[in-house]
Amino acid sequence: MTLWLFVARRLAVLVPTLFVVSVLIFSLQQLLPGDAAIALAGEEQDAAVVAAIRAKYHLDRPLVVQYGLWIGNVLRGDFGQSLRNRIPVGELLLSKLPVTAELAVCSMLIALVIGVPAGIVSAARKGTPIDVTANLVALSGLSVPHFWLGIMLILLFAVRLGWLPASGYVPPWENLRLNLTTILLPSFVLGTGVAGVMMRHTRSAMLETLSADYVRTARAKSVPEWLVVTKHALRNALIPVITLGAIEFGRLLSGAVLTEQIFAIPGFGKLLVDGVFNRDYAVVQGVVLVSATLFVLLNLLADVLYFLANPRLRG
Amino acid sequence: MLRRPPAMIALAVVVAFIAIALAAPHLAPFDPNATDFLAIRKAPSDVHRLGTDEVGRDVLSRLIWGARASLLAGVIPVTIAVVCSVPLGLLSGYLGGWVDGVIMRITDAMLAIPFLIVAIALAAFLGPSLTNAMIAIGIATLPIFLRLARGTVLTLKTEEYVEAARAVGGSHARIAVRHILPNMLPPLFIQSSITVAAAIIAEASLSFLGLGQQPPAPSWGSMLNAAQRYLSQAPWMALYPGLMIFCIVMALNVLGDGLRDALDPRFN
Repeated sequence: MTLWLFVARRLAVLVPTLFVVSVLIFSLQQLLPGDAAIALAGEEQDAAVVAAIRAKYHLDRPLVVQYGLWIGNVLRGDFGQSLRNRIPVGELLLSKLPVTAELAVCSMLIALVIGVPAGIVSAARKGTPIDVTANLVALSGLSVPHFWLGIMLILLFAVRLGWLPASGYVPPWENLRLNLTTILLPSFVLGTGVAGVMMRHTRSAMLETLSADYVRTARAKSVPEWLVVTKHALRNALIPVITLGAIEFGRLLSGAVLTEQIFAIPGFGKLLVDGVFNRDYAVVQGVVLVSATLFVLLNLLADVLYFLANPRLRG
Repeated sequence: MLRRPPAMIALAVVVAFIAIALAAPHLAPFDPNATDFLAIRKAPSDVHRLGTDEVGRDVLSRLIWGARASLLAGVIPVTIAVVCSVPLGLLSGYLGGWVDGVIMRITDAMLAIPFLIVAIALAAFLGPSLTNAMIAIGIATLPIFLRLARGTVLTLKTEEYVEAARAVGGSHARIAVRHILPNMLPPLFIQSSITVAAAIIAEASLSFLGLGQQPPAPSWGSMLNAAQRYLSQAPWMALYPGLMIFCIVMALNVLGDGLRDALDPRFN
């Protein structure tokens, strides 16, 4: 199978999935208790305002027509207008995406630096105290509520030691040093969770490859153990880890909701929470739709990477 | 299972948490909602073992009562998800065809939206309350169970004993209920242990954001929400609720690993 055929097949599944995602997100509006126009008007209960909202969002039209109009606008990049900020939701999303992307990249780097080496060492030293400790740390990383870890790190590094700022964000083009100090703690908080997943997957993939016949052959030929681990076993073990990385990156792009809230980082997550509290439903729908689309596309990227890295799939 | 000490310790921790939640009225030294303006943000002492909060409520008593909200919020959403996923998974996997197509497209779409975002969006649109948070988490976890249930049914329906039941003229309903249903439950139970842990964190996250348990009722997430404002003056307010969440989630994860290892023949 060629790469293009593979991608085309995956896209054929992806398009209906995204269609259903859009229907589900549109349906959220129907969950609003009572009249959606009144709910959307928020504190403005003036009849004229409610009527204007009803007309603007076509709430007096049948649901199918409402969906058709909404998705038509979304496909043209028009997610509606933020009730709170009075600016297009699309503009808001575009301004927040780079912040969340930077946070996701830094978190992923931390996860890779901790998770992959820990998984390799743990597999190579299976059953030893190092393995048990690494497993325990990984499980802790998966079990700790990240928003609590964030609060504890703020308490230690910002309140007690005063080494890092407690919250806030400075863009890298304004001041790179300040940017790195503001992004370090939230990246670590998010990175530890992913590191736990990475470590467990790397360990299990390494254990599988370390017991494969070609590794046994390499050992029989007296290849040094470090070379067996790094050259023979690691190369194949990394294939599933690479694809997992792409999926986890998608999760990081959309899963930083509470971390961004705690560290007051003006990204996607904070936009979602602010949208929820301001009852700015167009913003909530926009964030959820873009998050889901990014997540689906990164899953596609994961599949493509797996296809490229695994010669057996290419026939 | 009995030969796996970490899983047994984890089981003991889970049982202890359940016991604490059930015996909360007898264990809590104070009324969890009783304020004392002469004891605002007092550090741990002999009277208040884990200190007091911003309105003088006893942190230990609120932690003990909060176990109820957190455990309920872990168990109820997963129960909702399992109860819905069993019939839908049976229909989808057993019947196949367009029924399977429709159910699976909706499942794929729900899986495409990250779990916490689904829960936050649903809780936001349903309105803030513990019940709505549990419904939101239940709906958010449903696709995980639905996919697992369907996959198990697909495997089971080609088993020899199912084909034998079909050969002797068993009806579809009888085969599904008598032969497939009992065997599709073990993987769902293993998944439940891990998902209860995720649901507890999700409830704490929603309550932390103000979308779950509403004040003054105690929950570990809402306690952390209040604690965030007094980090430098009263760090104990933030420390203990988080530790409780960490301990129960860790125990459930270890228990989940243990159950999987014990029940999955590939690990034996």
